[in-house]
Amino acid sequence: MRPGESNRRCELTGAPAEAAPVSIQAEGWGWRHPGRRAWALHDIDLRIEAGERVLLVGPSGSGKSTLLAGLAGLLDPQGGDEKGNLALDGRPPREARDATGLVFQDPESQLVMARAGDDVAFGLENRCLPADAIWPRVHAALAAVGFAYPIDHPTDALSGGEQQRLAIAGVMALRPGLLLLDEPTANLDPDGAALVREIVAGVVERLGLTLVMVEHRVADALPLVDRVVALDADGAILADGPASHVFTRYGDVLADAGVWVPDRRLPAPPRRERPSSETLIMADQVEFRYPGSGVPALARTDVQVKSAEALAVTGPNGSGKSTLAFLLAGLLRPSGGSVVAGEALARGRGHDALAGWPSRELATHIGTVFQDPEHQFLTGRVEDELMLGPLRAGVERPAAARRAAELLERLHLKHLAAANPFTLSGGEKRRLSVATALAAAPAALILDEPTFGQDRRTAIELLDLLAALRDQGRAIVFATHDREFAGVLADRTLRLSRATGSAP
Amino acid sequence: MTSVAAQPSGWRVVDIVVASMLAVAFGAVFQLWNLWWNATEFIFPPVRGAVYGVWMLPAVLVPLVVRRPGAALYGETAAAVISMLFGAPWGLLTVVYGLAQGAAAELVFAFGLYRSWRLPVAILAGAAAGVAGALLDLAFFYADWAVNWQLIYSSLVGVSAAVIAGLGSWALVQALAQAGVLNAFAAGREQPEV
Amino acid sequence: MRLFTPLRPDPRAFLAAANPAIKLAAATVLMLALFVSVDLVTAGVVLVGLLAAVAMSGLSPRTLAGRTWPILLTALSVGVLNVIFGAPQGGPQVSIGVVNVSAEALASAAGLGLRLAGIAFSGVLAMVTTDPTRLADSLVQQLRLSPRFAVGALAAARLMPILALDWQILSLARRARGASGQGMLGTVRVFFGKLVALLIGSVRRGTRLATAMEARGFGARQCRSSAREEGVRQADWLLLAGAVALALLAVGISLALGSWRFLFS
Repeated sequence: MRPGESNRRCELTGAPAEAAPVSIQAEGWGWRHPGRRAWALHDIDLRIEAGERVLLVGPSGSGKSTLLAGLAGLLDPQGGDEKGNLALDGRPPREARDATGLVFQDPESQLVMARAGDDVAFGLENRCLPADAIWPRVHAALAAVGFAYPIDHPTDALSGGEQQRLAIAGVMALRPGLLLLDEPTANLDPDGAALVREIVAGVVERLGLTLVMVEHRVADALPLVDRVVALDADGAILADGPASHVFTRYGDVLADAGVWVPDRRLPAPPRRERPSSETLIMADQVEFRYPGSGVPALARTDVQVKSAEALAVTGPNGSGKSTLAFLLAGLLRPSGGSVVAGEALARGRGHDALAGWPSRELATHIGTVFQDPEHQFLTGRVEDELMLGPLRAGVERPAAARRAAELLERLHLKHLAAANPFTLSGGEKRRLSVATALAAAPAALILDEPTFGQDRRTAIELLDLLAALRDQGRAIVFATHDREFAGVLADRTLRLSRATGSAP
Repeated sequence: MTSVAAQPSGWRVVDIVVASMLAVAFGAVFQLWNLWWNATEFIFPPVRGAVYGVWMLPAVLVPLVVRRPGAALYGETAAAVISMLFGAPWGLLTVVYGLAQGAAAELVFAFGLYRSWRLPVAILAGAAAGVAGALLDLAFFYADWAVNWQLIYSSLVGVSAAVIAGLGSWALVQALAQAGVLNAFAAGREQPEV
Repeated sequence: MRLFTPLRPDPRAFLAAANPAIKLAAATVLMLALFVSVDLVTAGVVLVGLLAAVAMSGLSPRTLAGRTWPILLTALSVGVLNVIFGAPQGGPQVSIGVVNVSAEALASAAGLGLRLAGIAFSGVLAMVTTDPTRLADSLVQQLRLSPRFAVGALAAARLMPILALDWQILSLARRARGASGQGMLGTVRVFFGKLVALLIGSVRRGTRLATAMEARGFGARQCRSSAREEGVRQADWLLLAGAVALALLAVGISLALGSWRFLFS
């Protein structure tokens, strides 16, 4: 299809000049995904007026993403079961797709093209607009969200927040009347999240669009909305009304179900007797540079990891938190300086650099928990995952099975012993990844963003677990953006700043 | 969330994108595999023929996942083009191989009228792709070989491809389905209800 | 990581600015000429021509060498292997170390090696000077390939560096769990374990990407326009003519010298 040669018919069905805000009507609506017995959503009765701004909350698995997909017209009637009625301005969502825009959680999987301008143009190309009509709208959309880079700026050189900004521009270029946001800040650091909220607020204010947003940082999202709709774990509506009403009456129920209800702090773990602290890992002037990169990923840092202590590593994106975590875990070889085991960890093994330890030794001394639990799964059964570590450490099979059973019990995973790790929910995967690191009984546990994308319930479970481990005498190191979590758990905080000559 | 195809047996967007992602994943793995392949350059080629099957994985894996006509040809060719784009050392040859191997596997699936996606078909498709690759090798690289070496080579490659690309792809699809990521595909829905 | 991001040649360089489909056609012309000619001279002339074209590529010879050194290795090995497994030939003998090889066999093997190098290098030169987005546009606009497939593949290709990063993290995670394979069998097992994990991640990302693309209307309408035009300019036709000329020159010189050998002889 040559530009300029666009199908005449398509031009006439192009988007209207001005986006009119859309209203939503749902009557007894329900949806069931193919291959499932339970309904993801049921008995949804909802009336949202044009221009209203709604926050959708609910525990994990309550069907929030499914509801947004339904509103966006992305649910395939042949690929699932539907009950009741869902309409936008009286039309079925599949016919009103041009009037809705949906922004997703993961910036990388929603950008399509290698250059910023091309990505915004993507949606307009799909509408079959001729090239000379596309570029003015691209520039207008980029200006509307405040995108400051040139249109040929590479998309992979943008930070998470900027990528989301670009994604919003791509959606706004299509002039939707209903803006849907599915956890747009979940994968971002606090600065990126604030940026996205600011953009959304500005855009919605200026254009008076209808907004339905799912956001787990509820307190931060409240200023952007007038109304809160809460779902329960089964996918029905629990509450619907102004924020104060919903959280006053249902705050406890929601908090217990894992929603980050505003004005509720994380409960501090109990104070317990601890054994005395010994140094386990010593990092001396350690620095790391990726091969071929001029800028260090981690600037020269000194830190000591001690037993019976929780150390939080904080700092902005690009300051090297994850890199430091991997260096301390002996997974990366430092470009400068050293990371060695203290006597309490080495126990006569000698003080060679951790990066030189054989993998089996490392696993029994230091356990590492990665940001994405799926990166750590090696087998097809939860129980096998937990037995793998001890078996490799030379533990006998019956003893390993016992240890696995203990961990299953402790981390509430017993009912999932035979399941495939990849099919678990987000919180279950997180608990399993911590359990696999613990199975080899390491003296130190290093975690990279443990509360990333987790709901309140998992965060509290992790908090209790890590505090208990620390009080038993293990060393806990965690890299995190989550200030509240760090504040409650950490005994010491190491704050990293971006290496000089900051990376893009 | 699945989309409606333009025609009943046509490719949906998710089919195209996932097939492409698999091709890209293999394109990436091929870059690594290329390095190893080059490092073992001087090893007795019949031995290398035994692990040759890795190159044909996309030609069988992609059809088993998306189950659409043209999937073998598309998967293998796309992996080749992407590998070439990122500087694979054999340049256009990569695409020629991709087209030939993909087409050979495609013929096998077509023979089954695109209705059979089980292990025997996978093994046959792998073998077909392997033989196609071996023949191209003999034409491009080893034109001077004696006939008996040529035959030995072709058989080894064919068997390697049948096992690695055929059986291997089938095993990979089982693993993917059990991990729950194929819910949008028929291959994933053959799992018991959750 | 550098293997997984496209090279960025100087966009003003002749080859970098040329139409991708034309570059593919030029490389195909050279490949065909080399496919049917298995002698030293044809391959040699084509290679000289290609090396001269490096100056127009917009990439430094060093960068190019970094991506193409395996070709040299492969060419060398093909030569050697053809000598070893080649059908025995009579005539004058040359001794290399402890082995006696016929001079004819040596020349023939060298020809095959250089031929391979020429075929490979022409393709590499065409591709590393090409931007992926332009390639997709060109395949759709010049070769009439389906836009849904071209754009779908382009979107997936954009994620290549992310998959490469995933691969590295998978390696780190295996080290952390005590599962870095030891020995040949261990390495192979770890490789396939990582492959499965990578594919799982790829399918997940692909499914999300597909949903995001559909949410912006991809595949919803029968037609699709293009925001970028990929035209065929006079300079592009010149490039193609140049490739044809080089092919003819190479074969011509070889014929004149009496050294030309057809593949199927």
